[in-house]
Amino acid sequence: MHNLLLNPYRHRASLIHRLPAPVKLLGATVCVLATVLLPRSAWPAHAGIGAGLLVVALLSSVPPWHLGRRLLLAEPFAVGIALLALLQDNGLQVFLAMLAKSTLCLFCIILLNSTTRFTDLLRVFRRLRVPALLVVTLALMHRYLFVLFEETGRLLRARRSRTFTTGRRHAWRLTATVAAQLFVRTSERAERVYAAMCARGWKP
Amino acid sequence: MHIPDGFLDAKTAVASGGLAVAGIGIALHSVRRAAAARRVPLIGLAAAFVFAAQMLNFPVAGGTSGHLIGAILVAVLLGPSGAVLAMTAVLVVQCFMFADGGVTALGANIFNMAIVAPGVGYVIYAGVWRAVGDSLRSRLFATAFAAWCSTVVASILCAGQLAFSGTVAWQVAFPAMAGIHMVIALGEAVISTLVVAAVAKARPELLALSRETPARPRYTELTAYGLLVSLGLVVFVAPFASGWPDGLEKVAVMLGFEPKAAATPLLAAPLPNYTIPGFGSAIPSTIVAGGVGTLVAFVVAYVLARALTPRVDAANRRGPGGASSRA
Repeated sequence: MHNLLLNPYRHRASLIHRLPAPVKLLGATVCVLATVLLPRSAWPAHAGIGAGLLVVALLSSVPPWHLGRRLLLAEPFAVGIALLALLQDNGLQVFLAMLAKSTLCLFCIILLNSTTRFTDLLRVFRRLRVPALLVVTLALMHRYLFVLFEETGRLLRARRSRTFTTGRRHAWRLTATVAAQLFVRTSERAERVYAAMCARGWKP
Repeated sequence: MHIPDGFLDAKTAVASGGLAVAGIGIALHSVRRAAAARRVPLIGLAAAFVFAAQMLNFPVAGGTSGHLIGAILVAVLLGPSGAVLAMTAVLVVQCFMFADGGVTALGANIFNMAIVAPGVGYVIYAGVWRAVGDSLRSRLFATAFAAWCSTVVASILCAGQLAFSGTVAWQVAFPAMAGIHMVIALGEAVISTLVVAAVAKARPELLALSRETPARPRYTELTAYGLLVSLGLVVFVAPFASGWPDGLEKVAVMLGFEPKAAATPLLAAPLPNYTIPGFGSAIPSTIVAGGVGTLVAFVVAYVLARALTPRVDAANRRGPGGASSRA
């Protein structure tokens, strides 16, 4: 599951994959905006957007089980908030509309990130004049996400091989120690990254 | 607390987006001005750290487990502006890579979780720490209390945005969001404090934002975050939580959603007919629960801070002439 979550991009050579990233980002944004701004009772329009997204999904040749699993993983959060809408006047209608809207938007974003590399999106952000400091932060985060996940895995393995108790109180303290150790290693890595960046001519 | 797409209407999305942009602007400005260049990579890596740390499971009961949210932890470790940038990066990646939190709700999510949570958290942390004194114990106490308060405030703002959009009635959204998050916030307080205590034990110099270092945040920065948070509370929460109907009506007329507001029973003035024995509606009881929760959080913070500080620290503070022989 980690792999599924951590690396949503599925490499294919389809038409959708070859579209330039700005076009895909614009398309996804327009689709999400349209879905959100549609009136709650405009069911045919919702169905139309859904059908359009399905066509894009078919064209992208991303395996359907991949899209389906990611949608299922993301859906519970939307359902949780939508459930609150049930507890009011004409709640069922609002509930169904919210659920439809959020599912369509989720599907749209999942399609976007299954067919577009995050680094390409970052390049678009930079061209859109998003402040450089923010883009650098995003790029570094994306680059080191995977490294830190492996680091966490190593820390947890080391802890498991050294602890023999499973008490809940200890579990909390031990897991917190793993998190703290992860932060210590993160900040040491940041020092090294900074040195490497300077060595390659980076200016803040 | 991640709001998906489709739950906020245009005016709420635009208003919270504006507040989020202002907050990120403050953070960028003060990081560029005050922070050393060597801290720039640390902000990016700290964002990745938050993400990785959120995957660590803390067992609760009956097979369920909780995880860290991380806003206050990063605020304590990096200062408020670094935390705002790191949490913003986390939310942007969650939105675009993992479809967690909507694109149109990104502004609201960033405002609640990346600006209000670290901002409020840091203001409370700095205030408590300053008031109690400069020791590890006071820092841990401040961390725990700030973690609880900031999580609850962020959830109340989230409820306000949902109600302001007309998606979920305030009478439902406020008790549900605040109630659930009062419990979650206790877990967040305990985890954040445990982690800060462990960092202090392993590398005390990483917590070096002490009173003497020049890198500590300036008052203007904290005031700016405070103003922004108050603005958010005034826009999203005050219309529901106060008994000023004319204020709301004015805003309603100004923004042109008066007929809609009249149609749905969003307007409630719970405080005028507020009676403790009755617990008439869910809102007064949530407010009472909030008061009790704050006290509980205060006690938990104190107990945690006492339990987690090494005894040497206490002995040193007692001074060389202390009567106690505890070491």
